[in-house]
Amino acid sequence: MDWCWQATIPFQTAVNISRGRRACAMRHLMNEPNSELKTPYAHGIWFAHGVRAAFSVPGLILASAFVGFAGLARDAGLTLAQTVFMTGMVWALPGKVVLVGAIMTGASLPAAAFAVALSSVRLGPMVVALTPEMRTPATRKWVLYLLSHFVAVTSWVLAMDRLKHVPRPMRTTYYGGLGSTLVLFNMGVVAVVYLIAAQLPPALSAALFFLTPLYFVTSLWGSAREKAGQLAMVFGLLLGPVFHLLTPGFDLLATGLVAGGAAFGIHILAQRRQAA
Amino acid sequence: MTFTAYADWWWPYLFILLGGWVATDFWRFLGVYLGERLSEQSQLLVLVRCIATGLVAAVIANLIVFPSGELASTPMALRIGAAGLGFLAYLVSGKKVVVGTAIGELVLCLVLLWRGAL
Repeated sequence: MDWCWQATIPFQTAVNISRGRRACAMRHLMNEPNSELKTPYAHGIWFAHGVRAAFSVPGLILASAFVGFAGLARDAGLTLAQTVFMTGMVWALPGKVVLVGAIMTGASLPAAAFAVALSSVRLGPMVVALTPEMRTPATRKWVLYLLSHFVAVTSWVLAMDRLKHVPRPMRTTYYGGLGSTLVLFNMGVVAVVYLIAAQLPPALSAALFFLTPLYFVTSLWGSAREKAGQLAMVFGLLLGPVFHLLTPGFDLLATGLVAGGAAFGIHILAQRRQAA
Repeated sequence: MTFTAYADWWWPYLFILLGGWVATDFWRFLGVYLGERLSEQSQLLVLVRCIATGLVAAVIANLIVFPSGELASTPMALRIGAAGLGFLAYLVSGKKVVVGTAIGELVLCLVLLWRGAL
């Protein structure tokens, strides 16, 4: 195995990993997990692999959803700087779509923050699941807090899929490369789309705005952990427009509480019936 | 206290920071803090996830039923139909988001083309 671990080899290893030929790397990682650290450029190399993982099919779909978001934010009256700022600071797309939705309906700051917080609860358990994957006894706390900002559906799915093939001491570096690239790249996508959106033919910009709901109607269904989540989604889709007409300004929260509460009630009843 | 309540240049940014950044990173930081202490199976988290999912679904439905901009000039039946067919394609293709999104867009664009809007 020693030939495998000359100075230039970690790069080759990762190339093999990304091509799906993991045998050599995995055998080595099990035998000698720390040898990666001996290479002076190890951190740079694994950061670069994280960067490259951002340019994958899930990353591309995410970028197309941001194309839609840029159109949405522009339509809501946000400036270019505000849109790019929001992309970097909030990052998770559902939270941003809710925030823009709240801005459009003229919600007050507390109502907007509450709606965004509710729509972002899922980030908590996602981070809870991801943190132990990346942590080593030597990992500094602030690194984990900083990296947690990059957590959103796409980067999380990518990380949970690929971190197991990254040597443990390099995982925070790898995720740093992946997460920061996704954020920065999509800030760029948002800026460019915002600038060209005005010059697009009407039908094309209609198609562009349609990307966000299409992306979410599918990915939201896939991200549901239990049947109750999918039920909540169906209820939310049906009730959303109704509450929009009944209780404008408070419609998102009302829908979430009623649709989510009903789905949870059915979930509990089904569990009781199963247990009985 | 709405987004447009104050004319100062910094107010929208403060709104985004408090309404967006604090509201999302609060959960991320809490996630790091809690580490493995919280069970993902806990019933409280199921309820919280249900409410969150219903809320996001409401946003999606409103984007389809009450859109703004150019999308508003397309017929509502077309938007709902295209989204429905996209979702169906997503389910049939074995939960491939690319397929669902592409089919939904294709239906929308073809009908717009047929109506002579493209």
